[in-house]
Amino acid sequence: MQVSKEEILHIAKLANLNLKEEEVNTYMGHLEEILNFANVVNEAPIEGLEESIGVNEAYNVFRRDEIVQGLQREELLQNAPDSQEGMFKIPKVIN
Amino acid sequence: MEIYELTVHELLEKLYKKEITKEEILTSYQNRINEKEKDVQAFVTITEEEAKEQFKKVQEGNNTSKLAGIPIGIKDNICTKGIKTTCASKMLENFVSPYDATVMDKINAEGMVTLGKLNMDEFAMGGSTEHSYFKKTKNPWNLNKVPGGSSGGSAAAVAAGMVPWALGSDTGGSIRQPASFCGIVGLKPTYGLVSRFGLVAFASSLDQIGTLTKDVEDSALLLNVIAGHDEKDSTSAAKEKEDYTKALKNDVKGLKIGVPKEYFGEGINEEVKASIEKVIEKYRELGATVEECSLDVADYALATYYIIACAEASSNLGRFDGIRYGYRTKNYENLKDIYRNSRSEGFGAEVKRRIILGTYVLSSGYYDAYYKKAQQVRTLVKNEFARNFEKYDVILTPTASNVAFDIGSKINDPLEMYLADLCTVPVNIAGLPGISVPCGLNSEKMPIGFQLIGKPFAESTILNAAYTYEQNTDFKKNKPEFKN
Repeated sequence: MQVSKEEILHIAKLANLNLKEEEVNTYMGHLEEILNFANVVNEAPIEGLEESIGVNEAYNVFRRDEIVQGLQREELLQNAPDSQEGMFKIPKVIN
Repeated sequence: MEIYELTVHELLEKLYKKEITKEEILTSYQNRINEKEKDVQAFVTITEEEAKEQFKKVQEGNNTSKLAGIPIGIKDNICTKGIKTTCASKMLENFVSPYDATVMDKINAEGMVTLGKLNMDEFAMGGSTEHSYFKKTKNPWNLNKVPGGSSGGSAAAVAAGMVPWALGSDTGGSIRQPASFCGIVGLKPTYGLVSRFGLVAFASSLDQIGTLTKDVEDSALLLNVIAGHDEKDSTSAAKEKEDYTKALKNDVKGLKIGVPKEYFGEGINEEVKASIEKVIEKYRELGATVEECSLDVADYALATYYIIACAEASSNLGRFDGIRYGYRTKNYENLKDIYRNSRSEGFGAEVKRRIILGTYVLSSGYYDAYYKKAQQVRTLVKNEFARNFEKYDVILTPTASNVAFDIGSKINDPLEMYLADLCTVPVNIAGLPGISVPCGLNSEKMPIGFQLIGKPFAESTILNAAYTYEQNTDFKKNKPEFKN
């Protein structure tokens, strides 16, 4: 499995990560190596088998429709890097 | 015998007989932390004052639980209200959860006292605890070796007697492998038995909280506390409460054990193999039937694990954006900069590697070749286990193909590090319960462990099988030496 530099940069962009030049090369090598190994899934006898998304077969799990006290705004904002007037603060997004 | 050397059920017995007091227990452990933490480096946060405060409150209150006042250590990816939960990451270095995980609600309801938050591989990704942003935890049996991972801090702290027991999490072996490396008992319950609410998510379809204890009876005791249905975790199973200590019968007569030959081939260390063969002999002696069987998924299961776990991780870790909590870069002009720079500066190398792999296998063009195939292999793995469980009550394998390795020896070779999870990952893929039990030391006096795997929700069966082995052998006479 060959992974090109363009591909790894595209993946990094999708994942919202910046990669330094030396990281690009390291991750490219690791990714190739791991993907070569992971390729054995293509040799598994899986003809006709369904896909499992997990082990739990429960479907549509509902809670009782009751009003409960959630977390308070101040508690939720205590970890925010920046906030103002009870809201998360981010840089201006509309010019 | 020092107090910190005792198991929790021994502590309870001595309390009952009034031979010791709860104050003495707390003091013994806190002194032990002060003595050994500089060598072992198991904690991210030590809550010395908070623990004393919490203990005082419990003593003054009217908590009638027999576990009231008993100390515990918590892996640092389990949310604790008012105490930092870092996941051993720069990303969450200053994160204080506004709520308790459901398991913490249960621990607190018993009046147990948290001694601190334990080190781990960053976001539970790794098998050596070397990927912690803060420190490298050492193996108490030999300080030059890793304690295993990702619950390495939990395992090392229990082995070193700094906590009587601990909670960890297991996505692909993260409780069982460090338990094996540190000579203690590690239990990963069936997926859904213990609520994951408040466990920082790594791979949601595989993650499960479990116990790290000095012996099997303590595992059963602690599982009694943390198991149970929780509305806040929609994957939590609606099962009736069981008393797991009642399952410990010290009798395996008639128990049918399957030993998959695939885990004893190439790659397994000879001393580990010899040690497991002795375990098999012991079980036969105790009246169990042991047969070789086939679990022909070993190769595929590991590849499948890394595809699924990384795919889920890349999605789960998308939430870290530098806006609502966690690290925010100082270097930004616009919103996109905040996302990218916060993530790039806040995540460590292994976490980024897995996010990249996960994003890759989910990206268009590769989804069918990897992710979809892996989901099908998942069905295959489940079927293979089910086929074996028609014939056997438990399946026995090594926990790891080798003992703890030297710190630094695998850090630059991610694939080799991944291969160390060969025996443990199929259990998570199939959502089964698994327990690692110490069974011997190699020639360098490093612990070896074996793994028992049970049917879904058959914790009682594997706990009893583990207990019976333990009661009829004497691994416990060995003590970690903190060798330099």
